[in-house]
Amino acid sequence: MCEPALARIPQVLVHVLTALLLPPLLPGLINKVKALVAGRQGPPVLQLYYDLAKLARKQAVISRATTWVFLAGPAAVAAAALVASLLVPFGHAPAPVHFEGDMILFAYLFGLARFATVLAALDTGSSFEGMGAAREVTFSVLAEPALFLGFAALAKVSGSLSLSGMLALGGPSLFRATGPLILVLAGWITVYLAENARIPVDDPNTHLELTMIHEVMVLDHSGRPLALALYGASLKLLVLGALIVGPLLPRTGRPWADWAAFYGAMALLAAGVGVVECITARLRLNRVPQFLVAGLLATAFAFFLLQA
Amino acid sequence: MLVAVMALLVCCALLTALSGIPGLYLRAGGGRAAAWLMGAGALAGLAAAALVLAGAGPAAQVLSHTPLGSPGYLRLDPIGAFFLVPVAVLPACGAVFGVGYWGEGHEGARTLRLLYGLTTGFLVVLVAAAHALTFLLAWEGMAVAGFVLVMAEDRDPATRRAGWVYLAATHTGTLCLFAAFGLAAGPGGLFGAGAGGFLFTPAAPGLAATSRGALTFLLFLVGFGFKAGIFPLHFWLPPAHGAAPSHVSSIMSGVVIKMGILGLVRLVALVPDPPLWWGALLVVLGALSGLLGVAFALAQHDLKRLLAYHSIENIGIILLGLGLGTLGKASGHPVLALLGFAGALLHVLNHSLFKGLLFLGAGSVVHATGSRDLERLGGLGHTMPFTAAAFLAGSWAICGLPPLNGFVSEWLIYLAAFQGLAFLHPGWSVLALAALAMIGALAAACFAKVYGVVFQGRARSPEAARAAEVSLAMRAPMGVLACACIGLGAAPLLVAPALARAAAALAGTSEPLALGGIAHLWVLSALALPLAALAVLLWAWSRRRGAHTTGQPTWDCGYAADCPRAQYTASSFADSLVGSLRYVLWPRERRPKLRALFPGPRGYRSHVPDPVLERAAEPGFDLAARGLGVLRFLQGGHLALYLLYILVTLVVLFLWMVA
Amino acid sequence: MLTDLLIALIVLTNFAMAVTSRINKAIQTAVVQGVLLGLLPLAMGLGRHPHILLMVASTVAVKGWLIPHLFRRATRRLKTPREVSPIGGFTASLVMCAVGTGLAVLLAGNLPLAPGSRLTLFVPASLSTLLTGFILLIFRRKALTQVVGYLVLENGVYLFGLMLVEEMPLLVEAGILLDLFVGIFIMGIVINHITAAFDSMDTRHLAELKD
Repeated sequence: MCEPALARIPQVLVHVLTALLLPPLLPGLINKVKALVAGRQGPPVLQLYYDLAKLARKQAVISRATTWVFLAGPAAVAAAALVASLLVPFGHAPAPVHFEGDMILFAYLFGLARFATVLAALDTGSSFEGMGAAREVTFSVLAEPALFLGFAALAKVSGSLSLSGMLALGGPSLFRATGPLILVLAGWITVYLAENARIPVDDPNTHLELTMIHEVMVLDHSGRPLALALYGASLKLLVLGALIVGPLLPRTGRPWADWAAFYGAMALLAAGVGVVECITARLRLNRVPQFLVAGLLATAFAFFLLQA
Repeated sequence: MLVAVMALLVCCALLTALSGIPGLYLRAGGGRAAAWLMGAGALAGLAAAALVLAGAGPAAQVLSHTPLGSPGYLRLDPIGAFFLVPVAVLPACGAVFGVGYWGEGHEGARTLRLLYGLTTGFLVVLVAAAHALTFLLAWEGMAVAGFVLVMAEDRDPATRRAGWVYLAATHTGTLCLFAAFGLAAGPGGLFGAGAGGFLFTPAAPGLAATSRGALTFLLFLVGFGFKAGIFPLHFWLPPAHGAAPSHVSSIMSGVVIKMGILGLVRLVALVPDPPLWWGALLVVLGALSGLLGVAFALAQHDLKRLLAYHSIENIGIILLGLGLGTLGKASGHPVLALLGFAGALLHVLNHSLFKGLLFLGAGSVVHATGSRDLERLGGLGHTMPFTAAAFLAGSWAICGLPPLNGFVSEWLIYLAAFQGLAFLHPGWSVLALAALAMIGALAAACFAKVYGVVFQGRARSPEAARAAEVSLAMRAPMGVLACACIGLGAAPLLVAPALARAAAALAGTSEPLALGGIAHLWVLSALALPLAALAVLLWAWSRRRGAHTTGQPTWDCGYAADCPRAQYTASSFADSLVGSLRYVLWPRERRPKLRALFPGPRGYRSHVPDPVLERAAEPGFDLAARGLGVLRFLQGGHLALYLLYILVTLVVLFLWMVA
Repeated sequence: MLTDLLIALIVLTNFAMAVTSRINKAIQTAVVQGVLLGLLPLAMGLGRHPHILLMVASTVAVKGWLIPHLFRRATRRLKTPREVSPIGGFTASLVMCAVGTGLAVLLAGNLPLAPGSRLTLFVPASLSTLLTGFILLIFRRKALTQVVGYLVLENGVYLFGLMLVEEMPLLVEAGILLDLFVGIFIMGIVINHITAAFDSMDTRHLAELKD
């Protein structure tokens, strides 16, 4: 439950500030790493902050085919992602809001964000957005069970039904369950790449209609709605990344060391995504379900390994 | 107090059953009279249910004379009271809707109103029935009245066929129920020996594990499964709910199929020690119905058939909860039982609310455009904003997304599955979790398709372009149901004590556990507020009134020759998923063959036939008919021959009796 | 004594109807049989009960006047009153009727009925009448004679019911009468339709309707 103990207030404050301010840094890091690997200078790491500020000043162009859902979509995405960020622990400190079963709410908040994005895309009445929306919902069918099976496996290992308990592994339980844990994380990495539209599922740099998924859904957004959409996407990078780095962080006694470890791990994750984007090509669209099924099987297998 | 409850219940039954009668004599305004009477009946029913759920105790009444010759027993306990809530609310909303939707101009409006009321009256008696014969009488009445309602537009041959399939299925189910009740009566049967073995008394321990108990359970499962629409007994649902008028479909999907669940719930409540395989079977059937229901829904392009398949999916979710609860009851874990049963019961209520809302919305769309085909709709969000908003609320709820009511019931079932990880064989929990997650994602895909194709974008046909918002009589019930969905989602704690009481009756515990605390329902409410507030704030920020350029065509990457026909259609949206699932759905496609350099206009058609009805049952019956055709020679065509058959039979009987 | 006389007359009328080749004669014989049946309770000495008097009066009225009236209406528009020979011939019908009556007399004693001295002839008579009605229905070809057969069938059932006339409620007897009336009425309509469709009353034509 939400314990209003005075000692937790600084933790909660740092958590909230991280959730609000850190996200736009991650895409910048990814792009910088990609550029460096490719031998270029690349855009500044803080580029997305500048972009968001610029977009907030700009006018938006709104199509006459749209209704109120078009503007409500990005707002809902950002709101859902912000509330979800309250549920997931960054590092070893428990999340500001934790209770039994919070991982279900977490997963469904992202489901809400996806639904809102898809509806905002379909609102424009364009076939490009429809294409992206169709692909998005298709891939989510395989990503959701992988997420839940991973939760089940971690619940079995940690004995806790809350995200703050599940992800705060480390120490003896980590070594006991290394094999299943690695499988779960492998499965979750496929979900991460799919949900955040990174290679090999989707190319964030492409603008060809045959290859876009997430990019195409925000094709007609501009100005402040686009700013919200980009911010929501980067927040998803942070929050879902916290799921992955959580079990891997070492458990030190001191909170500041824990936070530093978390930031370092997120930076490493972003760099890893950047490197993967450089060395892998995007999968053909009809291979993506196979990729996701592989992730699903990894988590399912992890669960069954735990039974043995 | 108990007398008041029973009086209110009888009032509710009589008012709703007789609501169609003034319409038979009034020249105009029959619909309004029916709506008033149904509304009054609904209020009486809700009051009775509220009193019982608040702890007034089960109210019983014995009717000494019924048409069947045996006395009737009515007993409103917490389970019955919980089911009484959708029975009271949904038909009243439908009756109000019917004032605008199926007015005096329609043929058969008076018959429809009369039977609408009768069906509701039978439903009210059914939830309170405590004796097998009373139950069966009300069941049959509801089924036959429902048949006439489905056949309201019987000029259409598709409707007649749908009605016939419905009648055959429901009577097969009732036959199984007769057999099951017969087996359950008498010594050694599940119901023991009260009042000739037909009274719903709790069974003695140990009876459920016998082979007779197992056979009784299976017969009940088949009989109630026909009505509830459990796969593979679901095949009558899509044609019947698609062919019926929309306010009839809303009560059929919302309430009538839940009576199958009521039967299963009563069975589970009366058995104190169900074997583990009962719960396991329910979980498996729930996963199967849920996944297949939503997969088939994805491939439909008829709006009402699609919603009917979603009913099958939600019955699957309810069965998942019921199965998990039964597993908890069988293995002696009260928390698991509570969560599973509470989730199933709450989903019954939630589904009736949002499915009723969706069908009423579909009815408004059909009324305004004259078409049920998704490919001919579009852009209705501009011309029918209220219907669009209500339909969005219903879609949001049915996908189980927070913070609406669908999420709360799925939350409880998820919690039950996670609890089961520790206590049960984990296979069941994993099956339930994976199934629920996939069902949720598929449902979101399907309703994104429906809402996007029907209400968003631009109109795909002249009928859709000409649509106008519907009358107040049709908007009001949709508004009421949407508010109920939002309210239940934002404040589930309000129903938690009632839910806990009903779930305790199911689990066989005398003291209800504190559901709100165990399931952390208050946190859900607490988080719903910042979610909504943040969303509204950010939306307001992004609107920045007056500073946007509006009225522009969709940019669409600079595509100049924009036209509504180039939008994504429903079939295209679902194409990749249907393709991935083609070994489950077996779609039939007719793709155009483009040969020449400048081909002329071509068409594409795809259709997903129902696997049980069109691929198994109908060919099976055709084969049987051909096989039995060899007996045609008995039908000589001569009247004298037939009379001779009768005489010969009589003489043989006489000689046998005498000798 | 009088009862036995009336019953013997009823059985004789059965034989008469089995051999007659004229439709009018068949109808008249059936009417006579009906009136005899109607008067039978009086001969049994049950005239002191008012409801039985009511029953007698209504039976005589329906079977003696109303049914012939309906028949007259039906035959008004028809051409030939002569019957063609039945399937198997007149002799076969008569023989079957006699054999049936004999079997009924022989085996009626084996039926599990309560023993009653004055009612011993009722059962065989009713079974014989029943059988005659069936023979007329099955082996005759003209629709009107088949209707007469139906009438005789109902007479047989009525005769059986007379055994319990004191105990049975009036409703049952009235029900049989109503059944008879409605049946004849409907059959009159049907005969009209058959004649209009096939221009003949021969029911062999109905076999063309088989699919």
